[in-house]
Amino acid sequence: MTSKNTKRFDDVRPGEVLPTLEVPITVALIAGGAIATRDYFPGHHDLDAARELGSPHVFMNILTTNGLVQRFVEGWAGPLARFTSLKIKLGVPNYPGDRMSFSGSVTGRDPQTRTVEVTLSGKNSLGNHVTGTVALVLPGQPEAVA
Amino acid sequence: MADPQLLSSVRTLVGRQYGRVYAWDAVNAPMIRQWCEIMGVDNPLYTDAAYAADGPHGGLVAPPAMLQVWTMEGLHANNYPPGSTDQNPYEVLKLIEEYGYASVVAVNSELSFTRPVYLGERLYYTTRLESVGDEKTTGLGTGFFVTLVMSHFVEKPEGDEPVGELLFRVFKFRPASARTAAQAPIENEPAKAKRPLPGVSDDTRFFWEGCAEGKLLIQRCSACATLRHPPAPVCTHCHSFEWDSVQASGRGSLYSFVVMHYPEVAPFDHPNPIGLIELEEGVRLIAGLTGVQRDGLRIGQQLQVEFQTFDEQLALPLFRPVGE
Repeated sequence: MTSKNTKRFDDVRPGEVLPTLEVPITVALIAGGAIATRDYFPGHHDLDAARELGSPHVFMNILTTNGLVQRFVEGWAGPLARFTSLKIKLGVPNYPGDRMSFSGSVTGRDPQTRTVEVTLSGKNSLGNHVTGTVALVLPGQPEAVA
Repeated sequence: MADPQLLSSVRTLVGRQYGRVYAWDAVNAPMIRQWCEIMGVDNPLYTDAAYAADGPHGGLVAPPAMLQVWTMEGLHANNYPPGSTDQNPYEVLKLIEEYGYASVVAVNSELSFTRPVYLGERLYYTTRLESVGDEKTTGLGTGFFVTLVMSHFVEKPEGDEPVGELLFRVFKFRPASARTAAQAPIENEPAKAKRPLPGVSDDTRFFWEGCAEGKLLIQRCSACATLRHPPAPVCTHCHSFEWDSVQASGRGSLYSFVVMHYPEVAPFDHPNPIGLIELEEGVRLIAGLTGVQRDGLRIGQQLQVEFQTFDEQLALPLFRPVGE
């Protein structure tokens, strides 16, 4: 059994800042992420094809961006958070050799459904690669151990 | 103006439903594990069967961000599993393209999840053309925002169950610049955004050279000793053209400020606090503020200059609060 920190709904306050996450952008991440998401569009793994499209290098696909957003938020929320939405707006591309830095904070909290909303951005040297919001249902207080 | 024939054809398509697209594979542990490995996702509910059995779902589930992965066509474009529709949910893009809007860029991806997806479940989705906006001009060019909604289901003998939705919006446009992608310059490294360099003139050179040496220099009239900033050729008091400079102490107070939140422009940090600082010598200058909380700025607070070098070429004075 892996032990991981679990964020409880009552522990979260609006304005809470998530720990930042730095993601080095590599060819392996871009090409590997594309294939792990079954996206064989050549611009994500073939340098010549990417250049023909006018890009300096292969560029990250959207489904990998989604995966990294999940990692950033889940790393803070813990394994028992249940995602109800993951909404992103796409900005500048992620190219190899760059770094993407995630930051985010809690911008909504609904006690009725134990849902919290996180607003986040993932920024590289060119600007924001991704901005968006994620909604999560967090567990309540643990039941007393018998 | 958009062609009326195009607008009319597009309008007839909006609201159209497109048939099922099936997943090649049922939700399975190897694809999940490999996805988690490359993404760096380490939640054991996706990969550790023993942990997941005691967890809230009673077994392994797929990571939510994988929702779209299951129904991707894979290596061969438009090669969907048997039973999938022959209709093309993107036909509206082809239609718009015929009118000269050649480029497309994804703008929004909005996933929502009704319930977790379990190992062994087989997914399909149907597509609805949600909307096509009016013709708009953005920084990229002129075109249409096209929004599709893909509703995802799991096949069940007792009735298929909805598991989540993807709202996907693209901008289908005619590029603003005549330069085509093939003619775009090819660089080996992506260009890093740098701080814009100041325009340096004979009147201002001393100021920037002072910054490079870590000195905050203020222009002074040689005739009447009046200080002035920003630098200029003529004394505002006695109209003399003669001037020299003095080194300021670097101490001052916050006269006014602004905190830039939007738009976020690389390479600047955001929020970006910028001050109008009144130096103790009496002149004011505009400079970045450092070491401040955006809610903690107060008119009149005491500041001290420091110098930072950006992009290995540009030394700028920044002001930091000091204890009073």
